[in-house]
Amino acid sequence: MTSIPEESPRGLPPPVDLLPAPPDANLPDEPLVVIEQRNAWFSIDLAELWRNRELLYFLTWRDIKIRYKQTVLGAAWALLQPAFMMLIFTLVFSRLAGASGDVPYPLFALAGLVPWTFFANSVSNSGNSLVNNVHLVTKIYFPRLIMPAASVLAGLLDLAFASVLLAGMMLYYGVHISSHILMLPLLVGLMTLCALATGMWMSALNVKYRDVRFALPFVVQLWLFASSVVVPSTVVPERLRWLLNLNPMSAIVEGCRAALFSTPFHWKAIGIATALTMAGFVVAAHFFKQTERSFADVI
Amino acid sequence: MRPIIHIENVGKRYELGRDRAAYATLRESLAASFSDTVNRLLGRGESADSRAFWALRGIDLNVTPGERLGIVGVNGAGKSTLLKILSRITEPTEGRARLYGRVGSLLEVGTGFHGELTGRENIYLNGAILGMKHAEIARNFDEIVAFAELGRFLDTPVKRFSSGMYMRLAFAVAAHLQPEILIVDEVLAVGDAAFQKKCLGKMSEVSQNGRTVIFVSHNMAAVQNLCSRVLWLAGGRIMRDGEPARVISEYLKTTLTTMSQQTWPDPTAAPGNDYVRLRRAAVVPAVAEFEDHFTVRTPLRVEFEYWNFIPGAALDVAVAVRTEDGTPIFSTASGSGQSFPTGLYRSSFEIPGDLLNDGVHRVDIYIRRNERQVVYHLEDVLVFDVFDTAEERRGFFGKQVGAVRPPLEWQTSLIEETVAGSARSL
Repeated sequence: MTSIPEESPRGLPPPVDLLPAPPDANLPDEPLVVIEQRNAWFSIDLAELWRNRELLYFLTWRDIKIRYKQTVLGAAWALLQPAFMMLIFTLVFSRLAGASGDVPYPLFALAGLVPWTFFANSVSNSGNSLVNNVHLVTKIYFPRLIMPAASVLAGLLDLAFASVLLAGMMLYYGVHISSHILMLPLLVGLMTLCALATGMWMSALNVKYRDVRFALPFVVQLWLFASSVVVPSTVVPERLRWLLNLNPMSAIVEGCRAALFSTPFHWKAIGIATALTMAGFVVAAHFFKQTERSFADVI
Repeated sequence: MRPIIHIENVGKRYELGRDRAAYATLRESLAASFSDTVNRLLGRGESADSRAFWALRGIDLNVTPGERLGIVGVNGAGKSTLLKILSRITEPTEGRARLYGRVGSLLEVGTGFHGELTGRENIYLNGAILGMKHAEIARNFDEIVAFAELGRFLDTPVKRFSSGMYMRLAFAVAAHLQPEILIVDEVLAVGDAAFQKKCLGKMSEVSQNGRTVIFVSHNMAAVQNLCSRVLWLAGGRIMRDGEPARVISEYLKTTLTTMSQQTWPDPTAAPGNDYVRLRRAAVVPAVAEFEDHFTVRTPLRVEFEYWNFIPGAALDVAVAVRTEDGTPIFSTASGSGQSFPTGLYRSSFEIPGDLLNDGVHRVDIYIRRNERQVVYHLEDVLVFDVFDTAEERRGFFGKQVGAVRPPLEWQTSLIEETVAGSARSL
């Protein structure tokens, strides 16, 4: 008689108690992680962010992948948004403004709308990023900063698409570029930082106060009109110009136009915008860090 | 041996009300801080402390490498809070935990899965979210696909997956996480028996490699089989810590008493009406020497004590026993048709051992007159748990199907002997 191998009828492995004892692990002398209540002041753990760079990459990639899923027009939306806005602005404002200088108004408007659309979408996406990813925030640890950052980075791809449209328009109108164009990457960088600072701040606030979700689109809409997108800053009376300088986006949008159309840069405005963005970033990051530890409890 | 996890006096306090309100608005917050200030000025109202709630307090714990620690306790005992602290999702209010290894936590199956993305894409995304490096995922990719039995659905959006396939994929990714410390919460609460079997098989494989596992479950059979040590939490504190069988049995004792016996000493306040009122309902082991919790082997006696207020009523007691989800298992009735004088009565019956399956059982009582008219009935008058015995599980962690589980005698006999290999010629 052949013996039947002894196994449970459902073919499960035996209880682990019968298994050999685990090998002695080599433990590090210092703990890898110390979990306690943090009262640290400004402390963005850059090393930790760097360790999680792949997650940032994947979340950005996810945002890009899913953004236009199940849409007919797909990434064309990245072009259509600023294009339609340009048409509307041209119809409504071109005669009224008349101050776009040598540049035809449609091109003037588009050169403002392309960076602005990136900024506006980035701010609203990243502002809602934590709330829209509740299931991640409450179930897994990662540096939370990655969430709004991924939303902003994903917007850069749309910016690239829209830039193609802008380049086409510039060719159409026969605009020649000059060495001014070299400022463009710096301005885009500054704008990204500005969007990140705002998005970071809004996303942290949104975790606790859902009012942000409703107020944000409205605020962004208003912000548009204070950012020299529709009309150049020169339209604003001299004595109120300093107010415009308090809005970094105004200087950035105007800077982008100067870079594209080879008009003179307003260095002072760009300088102030840079300083304000940096300061805003530090404050926003600090605020984010302060509230970060209670995200999972509050969200 | 030096601990890989060293927890010192960890506590977590939640503020009830204000801070925990799901959708606090700015206005509410302003209003609350205003009324707080007013109350404080007037010296009245709740103090901040009375609204605070300690989900966890004074936890001291060392876990050595390779240990498989199971955490048991009723809902709200602090199990999940402890896991969340160790996973760094939430910060402790006090105390400190030091981790001497990389942590992978699996508090939910399929965290970060996105319905629009394909199986392939989700493997990479989920892997990254769980803390795997791209290269690590790529190396394990084929194995993950095989474990999940995805086959040709690899490039289908997961929103088109069946729930079983979704679960398998999610667990497959998580199972290939290679941290030194693996934290797992109730993965077994989902999925069918085949899925659970697969998960647990994988988990015991994982723990063989010297990895430290922290495992929370309500499935005592799984905890007992998988863990080398069990921690019992109650009210945010450690009740017992030690050898699995002992801790689990002590824990089960406390969960049982609250449900398996009920007494109402006051005949005016007891459940019932002008005809009858209950005094006591209980389910107890029918044989004295049996253990304190009921196993599938324990013969049980179900007892009722009740007052009869109507002289000469022909009462009888009928009982329905149902499974946790309400499926009736059987009903039985005392069936005595004789007239009762007023007074206190006891009726009881026995459920033989080796009949009920493991799991929660619910008892409904019907007190009838003339065997037809129900004068009083009460659902879930008793709720009791029947546990599997360790020796009968033989490595199977899931529940046997069926409402009952009688051990039946099988006979197998040889009808005719044939020569090996001759089956075809028959």
